Amino acid sequence: MSAPTQVLFDEPGPRARRLNVILSVVSVVLLLGLIAFVVWKFSDAGQLEYAKWEPFTYAVIQQTLLAGMWATIKVAIVATILALVVGVVFALLRLAPKKAVSLPATLVLEVFRGVPVLLLIFAMFLVFGNEIGSFWSVVFGLTLYNGMVIAEIIRAGILAVPRGQSEAAMSIGLRSSQTMRLILMPQAVRAMMPTLIAQVVVLLKDSALGFIVTYQDLLYQVNAIGRSYNNLLPTFIVGAVLFIIINMVVAAIARYLEKRMSQKTAATTAPDKGTD
Amino acid sequence: MNPLIQTFLSGTWGTLALFGVTLIGCLIGGTILAAMRVSPVPILRGAAAAYVDVVRNTPLTLVMFFCVFGLPYLDIRFGSTAGMNSFVLACIALTAYTSCFIAETLRSGIATVPVGQAEAARAVGLGFGQVLGYVVLPQAFRTVIPPLGSVIIAMLKNTSIASAFNNRELISAMRNAIEVRGDIVIPLLLATALIYLVLALGLGRVFAYLEKRMVILR
Repeated sequence: MSAPTQVLFDEPGPRARRLNVILSVVSVVLLLGLIAFVVWKFSDAGQLEYAKWEPFTYAVIQQTLLAGMWATIKVAIVATILALVVGVVFALLRLAPKKAVSLPATLVLEVFRGVPVLLLIFAMFLVFGNEIGSFWSVVFGLTLYNGMVIAEIIRAGILAVPRGQSEAAMSIGLRSSQTMRLILMPQAVRAMMPTLIAQVVVLLKDSALGFIVTYQDLLYQVNAIGRSYNNLLPTFIVGAVLFIIINMVVAAIARYLEKRMSQKTAATTAPDKGTD
Repeated sequence: MNPLIQTFLSGTWGTLALFGVTLIGCLIGGTILAAMRVSPVPILRGAAAAYVDVVRNTPLTLVMFFCVFGLPYLDIRFGSTAGMNSFVLACIALTAYTSCFIAETLRSGIATVPVGQAEAARAVGLGFGQVLGYVVLPQAFRTVIPPLGSVIIAMLKNTSIASAFNNRELISAMRNAIEVRGDIVIPLLLATALIYLVLALGLGRVFAYLEKRMVILR
């Protein structure tokens, strides 16, 4: 991908090089100016004083933040597992040969995929909230939405496995359930791993929505600490860094898996675009 | 008119307003970020890459949290009323977040434009801005209409998050309606879902039309 972007401009000559240097200097000055402005405004609002940051050295605060972080991760893990199960089930339902099975499944899938995940979380919270609590409201909301997206990903993966694979499996006498389980599914999941993991990252990011239905996740704790110590911005920055670290770790795992998967044979997932 | 219908109408209008402003903002922002990422100035490339990496890995809730509660600390306020202020701040958050995804999509589109196009453009003497603006970007945009459509539909659904930050849109309209009529919670939820579905499907049709008319398959 990097090769074609390199040819949008020539190797700079003396004039272009001078222009580039000038542009670089200007953009550095602009960026530094922006950062300086933000820092100046923060210190103006008294958000950079030591007293505002001191609470983070308290064990209580650290524990609260860690508890919030764990709550966020817990939601994400449970919802991911459930969403994978829902995803596989709905992918199979949609691929079912009988119209009576695949049509309702398609309808349900399109409905849950077409509404905001926040609406699903709210629906769970408002309708079942008293019985299942905020944790399961968030988990079920995330599961319904992401499960449907994952179902579409898996379905696309299964459809992308070359026809010969299933024909060969049938011809050596496997039943269609065996063909799916032993031949198609493993290849589809391997080919779709990068997309699946990208969806898990989306799910992880959406788990921050729990804060809106008063689930005590990281963002909830950030808000609570910020309000009680009157240091919303410092707390926010700490919370954001924690969130970004979690996401970067998942993204790094994704890259690692992608690299490992690409070493093995995988079904092609898209028509070959051809590289220049 | 039935007050419930009125609530939902004003909520739908709020969602559409957030969507419209953000759509324009994120198309401009995404194009600028994508242009920065392929520009000959290394510092611009680095700055855009860093911005995209950080904001893409941050939940939108957090971005909006920062914009709505954080920016006022920087003395950044808009409009005379609190409602206007939170509307603009929510639009900024949505734009800042969605621009990253638009930029990434566009960048993959730029990569599919054959090298010969840019080379030919440079051979007839166009500068970097002209190569990008007249030759590469128009083709890139037309190639990525389908993925661009899913990014924009996702953005439409993301406007729901603004409801938690004092904005008047569909979800907050639904919550108001539920406060008044606690006895018909499920019909109200279904009505909200239906409006979102209609909006999302309509948008999908628009993009299907655009795809049929304009897309370049490579």
